[in-house]
Amino acid sequence: MAEENGLSQVFEITGKDFGRAGTISTKIKEILQEIGIDSAVIRRAAIAAYEAEMNIVMYAQRGTLTLTLTPTAIRLDVDDEGPGIEDIELAMQEGFSTATDEMREMGFGAGMGLPNIRKNSDEFAISSTPGKGTSIDVVLNLNQVAE
Amino acid sequence: MKLKDVVDKLELKVLTCEDKVGAEVSGGYTSDLLSDVMANSKEGNLWITLQTHQNIVAVAKLKDLSGIVLVNERQPDVDTVQKATAEGVLLLQTSEPAFVISGKLYQLLGA
Ligand SMILES: Nc1ncnc2c1ncn2[C@@H]1O[C@H](COP(=O)(O)OP(=O)(O)OP(=O)(O)O)[C@@H](O)[C@H]1O
Ligand SMILES: [Mg+2]
Repeated sequence: MAEENGLSQVFEITGKDFGRAGTISTKIKEILQEIGIDSAVIRRAAIAAYEAEMNIVMYAQRGTLTLTLTPTAIRLDVDDEGPGIEDIELAMQEGFSTATDEMREMGFGAGMGLPNIRKNSDEFAISSTPGKGTSIDVVLNLNQVAE
Repeated sequence: MKLKDVVDKLELKVLTCEDKVGAEVSGGYTSDLLSDVMANSKEGNLWITLQTHQNIVAVAKLKDLSGIVLVNERQPDVDTVQKATAEGVLLLQTSEPAFVISGKLYQLLGA
């Protein structure tokens, strides 16, 4: 997506690092709270950021989450280097998951992450190149009541 | 209802962040699937689960949950306790299974 005039910050996410998983989304929530974004919007942004972060941790080698704030919206642009997704339509279905047994034991792999990201976004786009990586772009509008 | 009253009445053991028991409990959510909790728990809910690893802390924090109740007397991992303490997330423990403690909480909050 093209850069609008706004403030951007890039966060690095490391694949397989379950110990630090969730720190980026927690950080993003704190930033949004500090600048006084509406709490309902923050909650939706936190869910989207968390699920995108977890998918990088679970499936990819590494990735970045770019938070962009404009006067009218929050944008989360998530890009990873990883296996990519062969069938995006299938991956978007609630309940579909390729999580390992080990991940499932930890409570991951409900197949709800991607659908949750979409549900909590005002704009949602996902693209992927198998063998290369996956990109997710999320927009949450400010100054309007969603839900 | 105040968390403190819930802790007393359900005889929950406080493992971290005792100072948080002044908060209000808005309800409960019982699940061991993290994305389900992310999607369906509500602010102020007590989260009842058997998951003990450190990733539960971020979920509770991101969703503004009032606390996490570990069932069946499950012990949290060492780094879960560390993270919960650092992040200000209240960890609780019960000897009851999830079904029983959920029922008791439901009754307590419903009454
Ligand atoms: N960044 C990614 N790279 C590669 N594959 C991915 C990525 N994100 C999702 N997938 C694939 O899409 C599937 C569905 O993802 P989704 O987040 O909806 O569920 P999940 O991660 O399996 O479980 P949950 O998010 O509920 O813990 C995954 O199991 C995985 O196969
Ligand atoms: Mg996921």
